[in-house]
Amino acid sequence: MDGVDMRTRLGWIELPNPILTASGCAASGREIAQFFDIARLGAVVTKSIMLAPRAGRPTPRMAETPSGMLNSIGLQGPGIDVFLRRDLPWLLSRRARAVVSIAGGSVGEYAELARRLHGAPGVTAIEVNISCPNVEDRGEVFACNPLAASDVVAAVREASGADVPVFAKLSPDVTDIVEIARACVEAGADGLSLINTLLGMAIDTERMRPVLGGMTGGLSGPAIRPVAVRCIWQVHEAMPEVPIIGVGGVGSGLDALELILAGASAVSVGTAIFNDPGACMRILRELDDALSERGIARLADVIGLAHKPSGHPTSTGLGPGRPGGLSSPGRRHVLFEEDRR
Amino acid sequence: MTVSGTPIQLRGPVLTRRQAGAYVSLTVVAPGIPEQFRPGQFVAVAVGGEGSAMLLRRAFSIFDVKPDHGGAVEFVFAVHGKGTAWLADRRPRDVLDLVGPLGRPFPLPRYPAHCVLVGGGYGSAPLFTLADRLRGRGCRVDFVLGAATADRVFGALTARRVGETARITTEDGSLGARGVVTDVLPSVIRESQGDVVYACGPMPMLRAVSALAARAGIPAQVAVEETMACGIGVCMTCVLPVIGDDDITRMVRSCVDGPVFRGDRVRWNDAGTVPPDALGATAGVKVR
Repeated sequence: MDGVDMRTRLGWIELPNPILTASGCAASGREIAQFFDIARLGAVVTKSIMLAPRAGRPTPRMAETPSGMLNSIGLQGPGIDVFLRRDLPWLLSRRARAVVSIAGGSVGEYAELARRLHGAPGVTAIEVNISCPNVEDRGEVFACNPLAASDVVAAVREASGADVPVFAKLSPDVTDIVEIARACVEAGADGLSLINTLLGMAIDTERMRPVLGGMTGGLSGPAIRPVAVRCIWQVHEAMPEVPIIGVGGVGSGLDALELILAGASAVSVGTAIFNDPGACMRILRELDDALSERGIARLADVIGLAHKPSGHPTSTGLGPGRPGGLSSPGRRHVLFEEDRR
Repeated sequence: MTVSGTPIQLRGPVLTRRQAGAYVSLTVVAPGIPEQFRPGQFVAVAVGGEGSAMLLRRAFSIFDVKPDHGGAVEFVFAVHGKGTAWLADRRPRDVLDLVGPLGRPFPLPRYPAHCVLVGGGYGSAPLFTLADRLRGRGCRVDFVLGAATADRVFGALTARRVGETARITTEDGSLGARGVVTDVLPSVIRESQGDVVYACGPMPMLRAVSALAARAGIPAQVAVEETMACGIGVCMTCVLPVIGDDDITRMVRSCVDGPVFRGDRVRWNDAGTVPPDALGATAGVKVR
């Protein structure tokens, strides 16, 4: 068959393909651009930008764990001024689509970042990293509290250009991710990124002390992929109309397909880039091959497909004939009470 | 911008594996790397094979490049953990995935100079291609190599052959003088009328070497051995506090802003911390 139609939609934005970088794993695109043309990515999700330059946490900042790694970077970055002056224009010059990740310590800081990005050329979407401590609330992480999360999302949505979709990136370290997801969507989030790292820790048994300078760190890599699949599944089940960027341990085309089947419209590749700087292009190729092998003509036809009873048609008779048929009319959910979490 | 050259990613078979005292050296077919290589640069090697549970590349400074098989690269390492143990088990024809050449090389003197090259353990590996380039420019090269024990001194024979002089130190006295490289470095600088010190080895050694060079009033160019996750500048794990030309301290990446730094620019006493006066330091705020 001819090539698979890999186009996908994030809200009202269409991307040529669903493979993105994950925030914090490709800086602002410059380094991985040495290995491939970053315009061929669905989008570059930038490392989270904060208002001021930030030095981050002490070293060691990294610990390798089985099929994963812990990181404790502390959002080191140049701040929004340098980002707007140097990084964003560069991404635009490379014809890359930029999903700009923002992070702050207060609702006001997030809103100010959104204001600074408003009207800046080259912003395809905003991803709000709410896995940050709220300095105005004893350091409680925004993503762990539905009210705090929705305050941030509402402020960013209001301060952002109406043409720019706002995605909230959620932490899996919560009791009920659907509750947080719903709060964000009700606050105006146009989509969700699922998931951020899981909080973890490693102790060096030789020194008998914590490995990381920051003591705890975010766990990423294939070790967390089942958690990502579960979170995407639960949120897509509850809100099938909300577009999801799936993130978490994707290292191959089949891994990406797994997240898409759970309900992701796009997939961010993170830790795999550290192992393989060309990972995104390889994964895109492998995903294309996997869809072809399954006789699927359009990526959009498999988004959330795992939720449908088996035997459900894929490339025929499903959804309208446009890319990213996110809310396909006539789609039925057969749900049993005990399946609901 | 700090990114220099264009690193390439490739899969190449192992040509040779040899034991060098306590260390292992692997030569891997790597077309494209020798042409770009400059002394002080490194390769990042994937470990564990396909589907490995070890996700992070291991970074090793390049010991040598060769024209064999369209281009080959040789690096030296010590077995520290599972990843390096896996590498040490590689045999000729096993395929390795490499990215390189990476990092900023040793800057070379514009005019012929007297250069003292100091290596600790297998940190001496990048110094031999450096010595070749320096001698090719008419520089005088003197070596100081040291390690805990004789089997951990890397390249003593080559140093003796290539260097105008070569001083060896071991902590147990099993080779050369008993002691550490910094015991003999001041006299080597004096006797060779050294104009610059180049060094690679553990952080405490680089700190001491930088201090001695400063005392002698000459620059030190040192290659740090920081732990890295990606080697290409995206992960931000290999940072250390370095003073810029504008006198501002930044947390800079060893992999792309280094691994070679001027010894007097690194805040050795603050390595492992974020100094409160570093750009963007926010003591006590936890973020992930």
